[in-house]
Amino acid sequence: MSVTKKFLYVNRRPPYGTIYAWEALEVVLIGAAFEQDVTLAFIDDGVYQLTEGQDTTAAGFKNFSPTYRSLGDYEVTKIYVEKESLEERGLTLDDLQHLTWEDEDDDWAEKDSIKLVSRSELAEIMAGQDVMFNF
Amino acid sequence: MKLTIQVNEGPYQHQATDSAYNFAVAALEKGHEIFRIFFYHDGVNNGTRLTTPPQDDRNIVERWSALGEKHNLDMVVCVAAAQRRGIVDDGEAQRNGKDATNIAPGFRISGLGQLVEGAIQSDRLVVFGD
Amino acid sequence: MALLHLVNKSPYERNCLDTCVAYCREGDTVLLIEDGVYAAAKAGKAAEKLSGLDVAVLGSDLAARGIAQDKLVDGVKVVDYGDFVDLVEAKDKVQSWL
Repeated sequence: MSVTKKFLYVNRRPPYGTIYAWEALEVVLIGAAFEQDVTLAFIDDGVYQLTEGQDTTAAGFKNFSPTYRSLGDYEVTKIYVEKESLEERGLTLDDLQHLTWEDEDDDWAEKDSIKLVSRSELAEIMAGQDVMFNF
Repeated sequence: MKLTIQVNEGPYQHQATDSAYNFAVAALEKGHEIFRIFFYHDGVNNGTRLTTPPQDDRNIVERWSALGEKHNLDMVVCVAAAQRRGIVDDGEAQRNGKDATNIAPGFRISGLGQLVEGAIQSDRLVVFGD
Repeated sequence: MALLHLVNKSPYERNCLDTCVAYCREGDTVLLIEDGVYAAAKAGKAAEKLSGLDVAVLGSDLAARGIAQDKLVDGVKVVDYGDFVDLVEAKDKVQSWL
């Protein structure tokens, strides 16, 4: 009997200053093969990972932000961004990449993966998970 | 209780690996099972046998190797993180054309799937990091 | 489902404790380890952040940092690694606020 657990990947760090954001994403991508019930949460500086317009040319390291756009293909459809963290940083949904997934049960309709949730809503979501990954 | 422990930081730089080790020892003393210890990010540096720490302090790498041997633990170093940071076993040396290996006894290099599998198969995942 | 929250950083260095506290719910326990134990010092400004929560602090990390047990916030439980293991088992899952 195969087990399906509710996995929550918690992201609280910005990209590039440290490797955690990228190596966390690598776990999500590899983890997709295990067909668990996956949710991603972006809290505190983690919201910066999803911003549009990242250009790492002058900085001299790989821009991995396009990888977030492929999450839909890896069956990651639940991406929660904490409202308070966005607001604290002067950001809105428009500052973030527009991430989508295709719902095969709805004639492959393209749907938004990112949902803005409040801290208390996300705490409730967290309470309902089986495993939390932190990096 | 079946446990998977994740160690995100290397020896000495952060206390994470010490905390993880002490937790593992306590869990084993209480008769719990450690399904896997997964070393990720700089945590892979716990798996090099080339450290020479000062004599008057704990030897973190040897301590892990000894615990692993005593309890037949599955101590996995993530291959992608290991490649980035230069933790090498015979297989990796051959595959990537390296002229040396440095993996410590009791550790094995394997994929991120091992962490995910650990999380699925265990009752609890406990993460130690920065 | 109850959570065991792990906080390992000083409240004066990082916002981990603040975020942790915002995510705590009825039945959860916060375990302070490593540099996180500084939050449990009664005289510090961060002490008030712990009010209303079920808080435990790792004794060996207190001792390492020279924090006397009589200098802690009232109601905080001093635990050892064995208790840490018991807490992991007693709660449904662990959230490490790294």
